[in-house]
Amino acid sequence: MAEALLEINNLRIEATVYAPGEKPRNAVIVDDVSLRLEPGKVMGLIGESGAGKSTIGLAALAYGRGGIRLSGGKIMLNGREIRRASSTELRGLRGREVTYVAQSAAAAFNPAKRLMEQVIEATLKHNLMPKTEAEARAVELFRTLSLPEPESFGQRYPHQVSGGQLQRAMTAMALCPKPDLVIFDEPTTALDVTTQIDVLAAIKTAIATSGVAALYITHDLAVVAQVSDEIMVLRGGQLVEHGTVQQIIEEPREDYTRALVSVHKIDHREKLPEGEPILRAEGITARYGAMNEDVLSDVSVDLYAGQTLALVGESGSGKSTMARVITGLLPPREGTLVFDGNPLPGALKDRSREELRQLQMIYQMADVAMNPRQTIATIIGRPLEFYFNMRGRERDARVQELLDAIELGEGYADRYPAELSGGQKQRVCIARALAAKPKLIICDEVTSALDPLVADGILKLLLNLQKREGVAYLFITHDIATVRAIADSIAVMYQGRVQRYGTKTEVLTPPFDDYTDLLLSSVPEMELGWLERVLEHRRMESAGN
Amino acid sequence: MKGIPLAALLGLIITILFFLMAIFAPLIAPYGMSETVGDVWEPSSSQFWLGTDNIGRDLLTRMIYGGRTTIFVASLATILSFTLGAVLGFTAAVYGGLVDQVMSRTNDLVMSIPTLIFALVVLSVMPVTLPVLILVMGLLDSTRVFRLSRAVAVDINVMDFVEAARLRGEGQRWVIFREILPNALSPLVAELGLRFIFAILFISTLSFLGLGIQPPGADWGGIVKENREGIVYGISAALYPAVAIVTLAISVNLVADWALNRTTSLKGGRGG
Repeated sequence: MAEALLEINNLRIEATVYAPGEKPRNAVIVDDVSLRLEPGKVMGLIGESGAGKSTIGLAALAYGRGGIRLSGGKIMLNGREIRRASSTELRGLRGREVTYVAQSAAAAFNPAKRLMEQVIEATLKHNLMPKTEAEARAVELFRTLSLPEPESFGQRYPHQVSGGQLQRAMTAMALCPKPDLVIFDEPTTALDVTTQIDVLAAIKTAIATSGVAALYITHDLAVVAQVSDEIMVLRGGQLVEHGTVQQIIEEPREDYTRALVSVHKIDHREKLPEGEPILRAEGITARYGAMNEDVLSDVSVDLYAGQTLALVGESGSGKSTMARVITGLLPPREGTLVFDGNPLPGALKDRSREELRQLQMIYQMADVAMNPRQTIATIIGRPLEFYFNMRGRERDARVQELLDAIELGEGYADRYPAELSGGQKQRVCIARALAAKPKLIICDEVTSALDPLVADGILKLLLNLQKREGVAYLFITHDIATVRAIADSIAVMYQGRVQRYGTKTEVLTPPFDDYTDLLLSSVPEMELGWLERVLEHRRMESAGN
Repeated sequence: MKGIPLAALLGLIITILFFLMAIFAPLIAPYGMSETVGDVWEPSSSQFWLGTDNIGRDLLTRMIYGGRTTIFVASLATILSFTLGAVLGFTAAVYGGLVDQVMSRTNDLVMSIPTLIFALVVLSVMPVTLPVLILVMGLLDSTRVFRLSRAVAVDINVMDFVEAARLRGEGQRWVIFREILPNALSPLVAELGLRFIFAILFISTLSFLGLGIQPPGADWGGIVKENREGIVYGISAALYPAVAIVTLAISVNLVADWALNRTTSLKGGRGG
């Protein structure tokens, strides 16, 4: 066995939690976690939010975010104990032996400085090489990471490059000082799938050429499977399972890992369009305020009663704008909406209360979609009062019925949103929408802020409710796996237009148009060698053309 | 009331004492308000606890009655400024567009004139009575509250839960009072403590300049004015109002801080 580069033994990390209006209390964030990383190897850390994966990653730098204490265990880097190292010692090690790639490159770069200056900053600070040599190395890294015009790329400012390029520039920054270890903290999570695949490929190539070791932190098992040698599954600050990528994906030992691997395997048979559509949008063209460009142009889709239409696309494709048009928040410049056989006024203020009732919405961020000062009973009960004039005991009984329908049960009515978990909050938002007895619910990225297992629960709940109440969903998402799980028909959106539209089978069956092909093939699949296969496939295609 | 911190408890007790003193002034005060009972500027004695003032009235009596007027005027002016400022500020934020522009620019216009000078001009042409004083102070102070509430409400107004209420078809009244107000309460409560003390200072300033409470009525600013020459002779009579204002200011803000803590909790102030 080779000498370990990083060895963490029985690490314990604690923090003091100051909840408003409560006594400060001690919370254990990471409990008794050990790991061993050899030079040149990549270890994937995976888990849901709150699993402690980022905290462990930062602990490899002997760093704890605000108020966090590395209270026990050993962190050995290159044979030295660094948990109790002095700050001078740590300064010498951070940015030299260990570097860090953050999730949001846009927030991590200084917008007022050129990229080159920032990429070589740590290298110069540690006097590792003269400036010209550092710049030459940076250009070399830009080339390895397939950034455009590597010679002049460094002269740009952060706002002049795309999100995916910025993330790669940050990887260059991390690799420039020739570190022994790089911590990647969710480097592709904030990117669109079609961008993610490029960044992923670039990171993989860069790791392979430089021979650096890495800790790769993510919540997406399919992503980590493409770049890692080993995987550690974490939950609630504790180790669940540790193994090679192959073992974790193909024969997971623990139930929790099995659940993570089989996530999104919901079986849903598509329904074919029948009868009159509940919502028909024809030739919708829309733009925001004083903008000179249409965000949506000539969008036509139909949604049938009791069915699900998925609007799929990357950020900026106009899918959320479409939701704003349908809800009446953004009246279209051209085109018509027909709801249940009757024309639907474009502006919110022209719609009747009955029309508003039939069309409800569920938001991406359940946290801000509920008034934090209202109890769950008020949040769910208000539509009952407002649309059906239900009061007192009748209202309370119906609220409880709805709570049962979303599988929350007794004891939640008097709570405030802050007292619920992320998944429970989203369930309450579903109940609020259901309370109006709508015919159509618009779901705007309702699962993208949730952990995979929780998201699965929400999707199953939505499908059950559709079966029972016959409500139609307009499902807006960028996640193809979600679409596969619940859609009956699909509209693929690209730059404000519908690129491809039809039933699920029609849309997901080849031959594809170029964009749909790119989108579908970019979704990481949970198997070894997927990344190489896709890249190889693309190379062949472009060579064939 | 369990779990109330010591500082807040102390502040609460002192504040309550001040208010009780104000309400029951005629019962507590040892002498009549404008009754001359001794010599000019007598030192404190068992007969006159704080001594007497520039024309021989009992200073403790004057302080108690003065506190009554000062606290009464300041409270009403603060209530007025908060009701008016908050409602208008929320309205401007919720309606936006032209309504907001007109209201905000008018507000800026009023704010651009120094408050004290504005008040002096208005009070020199109007009869100086209690209702006029309260009205002038309340209206002038409401410009500050307007700015704060508008700024807070603009932020809240773009939250998804407000949009959800709009999509439901709720009217502006529901949006203002049920969605925005409960969420804007924390900064407003913090401001309330501060504004109340500013109101006390303001009425005291006006009285000191002779445009506030008119003699023989007593108020803290007036007591300073009447006894200011005594300072030269080492008579501390003019300093008592200052001590009273400082004590009240600290106490009220201790209470406001505690209330702030409770309103910030998103769990309905439970468990705290």
